[in-house]
Amino acid sequence: MQIAVLSGKGGTGKTFVSVNLAFAAQNTTYIDCDVEEPNGGLFLKPDITAEENIEVMIPKVNLEKCTACRKCVDFCKYNALALVNNRLLVFKELCHDCGGCILLCPEKALTEQGRTIGKVEYGISGGVKTRTGILNTGEAVGIPIIKRLLKDIEQENIYVIDSPPGSSCAVMESIKDCDYCILVTEPTLFGVHNLAMVYELVKLFGKPHGVVINKHIEGETVADDYCLQNNIPIIARIPYDDRIGSVNSQGKIVAAEDGKYFAIFNEIFQKIQEEVQHEAVTHTER
Amino acid sequence: MKIAIPSEGKNLESLVNQTFGRTETFIVVDNSDMSYKAIDNTAASAQGGAGIKAAQAIVDSGAEAIITFRCGQNAADVLKTAGIKIYKATAGSINDVVKMYNAGKLDELTDIHAGYHNHGGA
Ligand code: SF4
Ligand code: SF4
Repeated sequence: MQIAVLSGKGGTGKTFVSVNLAFAAQNTTYIDCDVEEPNGGLFLKPDITAEENIEVMIPKVNLEKCTACRKCVDFCKYNALALVNNRLLVFKELCHDCGGCILLCPEKALTEQGRTIGKVEYGISGGVKTRTGILNTGEAVGIPIIKRLLKDIEQENIYVIDSPPGSSCAVMESIKDCDYCILVTEPTLFGVHNLAMVYELVKLFGKPHGVVINKHIEGETVADDYCLQNNIPIIARIPYDDRIGSVNSQGKIVAAEDGKYFAIFNEIFQKIQEEVQHEAVTHTER
Repeated sequence: MKIAIPSEGKNLESLVNQTFGRTETFIVVDNSDMSYKAIDNTAASAQGGAGIKAAQAIVDSGAEAIITFRCGQNAADVLKTAGIKIYKATAGSINDVVKMYNAGKLDELTDIHAGYHNHGGA
């Protein structure tokens, strides 16, 4: 089972919810897909057991064969190619590794060339296995790393996916095959605005989903109201608590420090498990 | 000599556009007789690499210089490879900045920004 944790913007507690859930559910694999800023490791502090470089292909031009016909430049919808003084320039950070230009070139002037864009670290932290995607600085496209992170998945195991913030194509890649989406929000107008963005996305993908309201304060009901209006289940409200802030800032996992929070996150996990099993049953009945 | 300038409108009275890759129009003007042509910037709505696409259009226009407020690294690479000089714009209309250029009052643009990539708003 794959549980993806999303939020409309960074800093709402997405990683906080992900690591605590991974800890409280036990025997899980935590997958950090926030490859531009993978922070889960700061809390889980895994022992790294293996590392793997992630390569993508970029076109390499053979200037002797290239006739400067421009077909590849016009084709590349990511604008990663330019033709200047009959010389082809390749902007490697913008290339999306689609391979189209290589197939298209009538002169066979383009060939594939490998390029490392980042890595995946595999580790272990108590009962939690970790996979962390790291995109090298200056790189724009982390999708190949996310693809690798989510490749070897065994259906009987539990995976907690810490998605990138926002609703970009990287987020879509991270939830494509997941069984459940947790939407993390804060009970503010701004929080709800960002929640609405990710909610649209999970609706589009038709994923079972529920909201976790982080830093919940009695009487602050904007997030509750939004969920009620849109019929979105709220699976937990994590109270605003100075203690959480201080445990977090020490890089610790609050569910490991405080039984009360272990219970809250364990309950989130139980609810999701029931929901996903229920979904599976209704699907087969249909 | 032909000079390309990102523009708010389609004639010489138009103001210089604050952006480069996202400008709707480039005015390509010949400073010897002030004849000009407005070219649409098809990169304005590009998903990514707008600066490169815009720079490609400028290279194709035959311009030998560009006057702009800003320019990203990738676009600057394209322009430099083509031998196109990049000058820093001052506020005003296309007419105004070309006059400034003719009077030798424009500096070369040196603060090339690293680019925003604009990849899905992450
Ligand atoms: S399609 Fe091939 S021949 Fe044409 S410009 Fe591109 S690399 Fe050169
Ligand atoms: S591989 Fe695809 S994205 Fe990369 S330069 Fe070629 S056409 Fe563009």
